[in-house]
Amino acid sequence: MRVIIIGAGQVGSSIAADLDETHEVVVIDCDPERVDELNYSLDVLALHGDGTSVDTLEEADVERADMVIASTDDDETNIVACATAKAISDAFTIARVKNTEYLRTWQRSEKAFGIDFMVCTNLLAAESIVRVVGLPAARDVDPFAGGQVQMAEFEVDDESPVANQTVSEADRFDSLTFAAILRDGEVTIPRGDSVIGPGDRVVVIGSPQSVQGFASSVSPGESPGTAEEVVIVGGSEIGYHVARLLEERGFKPRLIEHDPDRARELAEMLPGTIVMESDATDVDFLEREYIGDADLLVSALDSDEKNLLVSLLAARLGVERTVAVIDTTPYVDLFEAVGVDVGVSPREVVAEEITRFTREGGAENVALIESDKAEVLEIEVDAESVLAGKPIRESVATLPEGVVIGAITRRREFITPRGDTVIEPGDHVVVFVDSCVIDDVTPNL
Amino acid sequence: MKLRVDYRASLRLVGTVLKYLAVPLCFPLVVALYYGESVLPFVVTMGVTVLVGTGLERLTDDPDIGSREGFLMVALTWLAVTIVGAIPFLIEAHGIPFVASPIHPESTLGNPVNALFETMSGFTTTGATVLGDISFNSHTRGIMMWRQLTQWLGGMGIVVLAVAILPELSVGGAQLMDAEAPGPGIEKLTPRIAETARALWGAYLGLTVLEIVLLYGLHVTGNAPNMDVYNAIAHGLTTMPTGGFSPEARSIEAFSAAAQWVIIPFMLAAGTNFALFWHVLTGDPKRLFRDTEFKSYLGVIGVISAILAGILFLGDGLMSVAPAGETYDQLYLEGIRTAIIGNVEPAVRQSVFQVVSIVTTTGYASIDFNAWSAPTQYGLLFAMFIGGSGGSTGGAVKIVRWYVIVKSLRRELFTTAHPEAVRPVRLAGRAVDERAIRGIYAFTLLYLVLFFISTGLLHLDAARIGFDVSILETMSAVAATLGNVGPGFGVVGPMGSYLDFSNGSKLYMVLLMWVGRLEILPVLVIFTPEYWRR
Repeated sequence: MRVIIIGAGQVGSSIAADLDETHEVVVIDCDPERVDELNYSLDVLALHGDGTSVDTLEEADVERADMVIASTDDDETNIVACATAKAISDAFTIARVKNTEYLRTWQRSEKAFGIDFMVCTNLLAAESIVRVVGLPAARDVDPFAGGQVQMAEFEVDDESPVANQTVSEADRFDSLTFAAILRDGEVTIPRGDSVIGPGDRVVVIGSPQSVQGFASSVSPGESPGTAEEVVIVGGSEIGYHVARLLEERGFKPRLIEHDPDRARELAEMLPGTIVMESDATDVDFLEREYIGDADLLVSALDSDEKNLLVSLLAARLGVERTVAVIDTTPYVDLFEAVGVDVGVSPREVVAEEITRFTREGGAENVALIESDKAEVLEIEVDAESVLAGKPIRESVATLPEGVVIGAITRRREFITPRGDTVIEPGDHVVVFVDSCVIDDVTPNL
Repeated sequence: MKLRVDYRASLRLVGTVLKYLAVPLCFPLVVALYYGESVLPFVVTMGVTVLVGTGLERLTDDPDIGSREGFLMVALTWLAVTIVGAIPFLIEAHGIPFVASPIHPESTLGNPVNALFETMSGFTTTGATVLGDISFNSHTRGIMMWRQLTQWLGGMGIVVLAVAILPELSVGGAQLMDAEAPGPGIEKLTPRIAETARALWGAYLGLTVLEIVLLYGLHVTGNAPNMDVYNAIAHGLTTMPTGGFSPEARSIEAFSAAAQWVIIPFMLAAGTNFALFWHVLTGDPKRLFRDTEFKSYLGVIGVISAILAGILFLGDGLMSVAPAGETYDQLYLEGIRTAIIGNVEPAVRQSVFQVVSIVTTTGYASIDFNAWSAPTQYGLLFAMFIGGSGGSTGGAVKIVRWYVIVKSLRRELFTTAHPEAVRPVRLAGRAVDERAIRGIYAFTLLYLVLFFISTGLLHLDAARIGFDVSILETMSAVAATLGNVGPGFGVVGPMGSYLDFSNGSKLYMVLLMWVGRLEILPVLVIFTPEYWRR
């Protein structure tokens, strides 16, 4: 596939890096130095120019392109670039935007702006933060098959009752599959007798109820649900959407914003949120408002360092779990190592979303595990798939190591995959796939 | 914003409005012709309006209305129409030297102060009266019709009417309507202000006609013997503006229960924001019941009515012995006691009618509520401060202001515990601007200050002339004139009048009605030096 990426910022470059091995990638950027750098560091063609100009797009041979991804930091540029590309080619266009107004316009009529798919950075990041809220100890939660199936990644600490148990001991839930154990950055596919060690991360796939049940068996002390008290620090777009989405789910979050005008604006937009105008690093204030009693603190300030500081401060005051928005993707691991419980990188979230369109084989939905160690895919099985019409035991034998069938939905009914379950065409299958084998496996599914 | 007030422009527009006042004067003229009465009071007044009006119009050719000129124009218009509107009453009592003899020389409106009071009470839709004898024995039908028509003209606003029909006012129309329209802020329904004004007047006219037809329908079908054509028109003209000038001395008590039930929904409609009717008619009827103010309005009326109906039903709400010197006697009291106590329909009807009449500031009475006991009377006094909705024809403080005040006080309590919390006050889900909240506080405080000061002044003045009134009576008189309600308690009760106050007190109450109708600030501001300064 020939892919044109407009904008070589963090998102554009990381998508380019993701695709350069398997696709023909052209990157357009208006910064000549960055163009130079990309030409050396990645196996892509980097062009200098304005992505909204017809000349530049023609130079990139847009007529032959299958996909145009506009991923600059500027919403309007991305929209115009997609519209321009659409005007002179048949390529599938993807635009990244921050402003949710554009997203809403596009959702109203999916032909708007000549964009085939629009991803909204801030909204996606907020959604992935909110998914974590309901599940104690979860680091990452992704819904599949219209919410019928959940994939969740949990960290098992020393005190967890699950620590040092074998997988078959820990698995007390009917509709739950252990997809992987992550230990020191290594992915292992668990068997019944695999032992879950303290400090390991476990990836499970199953019905939302069983994932919820497993969450409470990982850390029984924390009660999930709407009783949870959530504090959001920073009224950025992400902070706003987190509060809004939590309101929709019946939470009454508190939001701390330093700027008086923005605080007022937020208070007007969020009727179910208590907005407080203060500096979130003011310890007196935090103690007076008993921030330490909160179950969860989301730090969504505009600087990574401040988010780290606030998260550490909150943890010190006694907040159960901290989630920090981390702009610089490489910091995620580092911050999680020093004490932030969950790091969410908006750029990574966007990259995940865009990746789903670059997959062959009709993947409906994709989640990345540990940035790129493994992927969880949702696939609608057709008659040609290796999975169709056979019991799972037989079909898995034909696939390489590192593939786990996590869950099946048939006509929106959840089916727990067992060795003798026969997958029918039309079923939605959620599969865990190790990155090493992903390119061999996906075309066959 | 201009640096200086262009008073010529304001006066010129006052002249235009005054000139056109000759048109509505035709209506009582036709009534007088029909009943074979003298048309002179109206013909002379029409001459005066045209003469003075065209005279003022010569002041300037190109009036440019800014917000300062708007305040002045609106305030002066109400004063001017009141002065001119009093002329028919004076002619009726005094005649014209060498031309015509007096028609009813015994009329109390022969005193210019009384004539001014009655006219201001009419135009401001207050309904407080200084008529000694409300009957056709001492007044012609034409004069009484003029008295009722002043209320109808004042209801939706003389200036709004002028904006609706006079093209030269459409440019500064928004300023003018803002200075006159009851309630905080105006709502533009259409891009053009003149069309908005026309829409409001259209709804107002439509409802008035509907009421007249229904009331007369009751008469024709035999359900309201007293409601003849004259009465049907007179009550149509005084219900919708929340006025309360009834040509009957016993007010609505003179009519059947059926007529009283018909009038209740029209009073309710009059106290509703007229913009809502426009939305209902242009295809969004659900908007009526989504509106926070409308819901609170119905809720407040419902709660107070239910309490009063309960006390009336049990008998605690009515006195058992008539005090001496009252406007009613023991026989009347015994009559209403047997009718109301233990009977659901009269108890509910009387309480709902009175509460709706007072909250909407209409001021009709279906019963002499002087015969009610102290707790029920205090309930009504309290209701005098509530008022109708913003954008209605009702007076007083208005529901929307109270609603915002209650919510912002709750916010204060919250922020006392959490000083950093930012909580906008929401009205129907939308945040209210903090400046608007300050304005509402200022208005309400000013209203209450004016109420207490005026009560003191009037009470002192009554003592000076040896007029025996209780403090409750004085308070009710001030609340009723400032809030444009009409009747108060005791001597100024629904079957009484303001006649016995001194001329000074009555002039002061003219000021109160004027200030109250225009919501205080637009009138008071023109008395400040800052207003006139560069």
